[in-house]
Amino acid sequence: MRLPPWLAQHLAALRTLLVLTVIAGIAYPLAVTAIAQLHGLRHHANGSLVTVDHTVVASSLIGQSFTDTGGKPLLRYVQTRPSAAGAGYDPTATGASNFGPESVVDTLPGPADPTGEQSLLTRVCARSLAVGRLEGVDGARPYCTPDGVGAVLGVFHRDGVTGGVTRVVSLNQACPAAPFLTTYRGVRVECARPGQDYSHAVVTPIRGDAPAHPAVPPDAVTASGSGLDPAISPAYARLQAPRVARARGIDVTTVDRLITAHTTRRALGFLGEPSVNVVTLNTDLDRRYPVPG
Amino acid sequence: MSAWSAGAVFLVSLVAALVVVYRPMGDYVYRVVSSPRHLRVERSLYRVMGVDPDGEQPWGGYARSVLAFSAVSILFLYAFMRLQNRLWLSLGLPAVKPDGAWNTAVSFVTNTNWQWYSGESTMGHLVQMAGLAVQNFASAAVGIAVAVAFARGFARSRTAQLGNFWVDLVRVVLRVLLPISVLVAIVFVAAGMVQNLSAGTDVHTLAGATQHLTGGPVASQEAIKELGTNGGGFYNANSAHPFENPTSWTNWIEVFLLLLIPFSLPRTFGRIVDDNRQGYAIAAAMAVLALGSLVTINVLQGVHGGTVPQAVGAASEGVETRFGVFDSATFASATTLTSTGSVNSFHDSYTALGGGVTIVDMMLGEVAPGGTGSGLYGMLVLAVITVFVAGLMVGRTPEYLGKKIGAREVKLASLYFLTTPLLVLTGAGIAMALPGERAAMLNRGPHGLSEVLYAFTSAANNNGSAFAGLGVNTTWYDSALGLAMLLGRFVPVVLVLGLAGSLAAQKPVPASAGTLQTHRPLFVAMLVGVTVILVALTFLPALALGPLAEGVR
Repeated sequence: MRLPPWLAQHLAALRTLLVLTVIAGIAYPLAVTAIAQLHGLRHHANGSLVTVDHTVVASSLIGQSFTDTGGKPLLRYVQTRPSAAGAGYDPTATGASNFGPESVVDTLPGPADPTGEQSLLTRVCARSLAVGRLEGVDGARPYCTPDGVGAVLGVFHRDGVTGGVTRVVSLNQACPAAPFLTTYRGVRVECARPGQDYSHAVVTPIRGDAPAHPAVPPDAVTASGSGLDPAISPAYARLQAPRVARARGIDVTTVDRLITAHTTRRALGFLGEPSVNVVTLNTDLDRRYPVPG
Repeated sequence: MSAWSAGAVFLVSLVAALVVVYRPMGDYVYRVVSSPRHLRVERSLYRVMGVDPDGEQPWGGYARSVLAFSAVSILFLYAFMRLQNRLWLSLGLPAVKPDGAWNTAVSFVTNTNWQWYSGESTMGHLVQMAGLAVQNFASAAVGIAVAVAFARGFARSRTAQLGNFWVDLVRVVLRVLLPISVLVAIVFVAAGMVQNLSAGTDVHTLAGATQHLTGGPVASQEAIKELGTNGGGFYNANSAHPFENPTSWTNWIEVFLLLLIPFSLPRTFGRIVDDNRQGYAIAAAMAVLALGSLVTINVLQGVHGGTVPQAVGAASEGVETRFGVFDSATFASATTLTSTGSVNSFHDSYTALGGGVTIVDMMLGEVAPGGTGSGLYGMLVLAVITVFVAGLMVGRTPEYLGKKIGAREVKLASLYFLTTPLLVLTGAGIAMALPGERAAMLNRGPHGLSEVLYAFTSAANNNGSAFAGLGVNTTWYDSALGLAMLLGRFVPVVLVLGLAGSLAAQKPVPASAGTLQTHRPLFVAMLVGVTVILVALTFLPALALGPLAEGVR
């Protein structure tokens, strides 16, 4: 029996697909897996696990939260970056925040929306303030208010976007907070009331006078792409060294030396950025200088 | 070394490596698709497949084979995902929902690899390796096959035959993609990528919590993900995930891999039409566009304009520490210039104009250098349009590589060019008109429009990356973007093969003193100019409302 051409065509297609599935979909990955499980590669292929006293405590490639159950940083550990993976460093929900560069206006919590949503700018400002407090440095940043939210005004003009200024609201500072500016172009700045519609105001971020290179480094206030970044910049690690040294009752130079030991420089001198692996660093700190209790 | 100079050296080293491999890689692909000899293993495969490897196909037969293979692949993949809970290695995950399975089946068969889902919580190991990754090989090979058939259309005369699709497909998978993937996958494992069939490991963290480390056959999938310009990540975080891209040097390899085949295929083209200078000209046009984009995005990300990047002091949101801003920017540009769409950093959080560059990269039509094969045939269609424009200027019948570009050829080329803009602009337009779909935006204002525009640009051009804030896990987006991917892939494929058929049927026109020299810098400049002008005319209004409105103060 001869099949009609269109059917023969699709039958050949199906047989081809099955052939390719066996070769590229089964033989190929299984062969690579077999090679990967050979001695010398197996450690990597299984996730670069770190074992302490016969217990697996980490993968040296995957970051962890070093906080207590309430989310407060544990002082004896060098802290990792903010994470957008699940509740933080969750490998079953990886990813980034996806907030854009002009994500600057919060949805304030109110009766209609009890949780609200923070803009990226406010998150950055709040993290900067918190890290500054924790490490005893100035947490100020451009475009941030002293109370750690985005310094953003909603400016109402007489004719929409032109004409004289009629009203100014500090959009991220919920009443009864004191606005970060008292007046703007001669108009008194109001605090924001949750649930009010400020969508006709021109969103105007205010730079302020914070230094362009704040004491708290950029990686300390931004979430990574994966949410699992095991590394921080050497600058952020050094910033944390005195606090970790105090918590462990050791010398700060000891911590600095360990930081250097866990720093990966640029490969070949030009690939990527220098980074400090926080997971292996903290494991090492625990092993060498355990905290009693 | 400063971060700026390290980023520059990263870029220069990539260019140098691509220049070095251009000839050997392009020549190798040429030998693979042109050799009259079949390997013994291939002969037995052809018997199982039930195809005659020595019979050639006219353009219609070639196109029908492409469509039949792709249709069967979509159905197979759809069924695979719908049934995954009954198969092995499903990790206890449920069947994929119908609209999601349709979207993903189309996505991987069209070489797009758009992902509405998170791999770690949606797809079992078997679906990933024996379903999705198979299409990583197959869809890349289909693209190369179509490009090769198109090149044969220029090279051959007075014939209807364009080659044998099944032979081209099998040879590219077996002789090009597989060997490189095996080697690269082993290197990747050595660098730290996982490669196992485990459901994962629970660890008790130093802080006393538990963390579930995921497993999977990742390295083997990663190699073909980049090599085949596919881009579908094993995990949601894609190449930002330390298990998919553990070090700064695997990052370099990944960028190199995704550029390798698209930038080498012009050489293959030059060999097929027996004039290597033509290949150099096409590669040069691709390189000019690509370098323009790469340098621009590096500068924009380095300068980090915009409120949040200025507050932070760097464009580091969504960027991994080990890669840094510059190597991430280069990855972003390379992945959008090719139709790869894997990401090592999250474009939604880029500076407004830096993110705009990634959108423009895709709007070029994925031709600089574009996807495996699709980049070459896309650029050749633009070359056809360019000789037509040049012919109009001097009032001569245009010709390209000894073939007359008549009314039929120009119509096919124009339809090819118009397909994706039509899909992008109508798709984004409809989404913006529907309140429910507008609400899927994570960011407000112009950035929200950029998210929608990015989604349809990515789908219709078969890229697959995203401004991932957009909540596309809905029936509407799954269906609409699936349709955009399907039409954005196969309408151009059929038009290109039709064009190839009409070129192959012609008899060659002898070159005369008035013939436009298509290997000269003048032609390269015209080709670049035509590409930029066509894209600007089509998309500038949409861009003005999105990234430009956000980034230009």
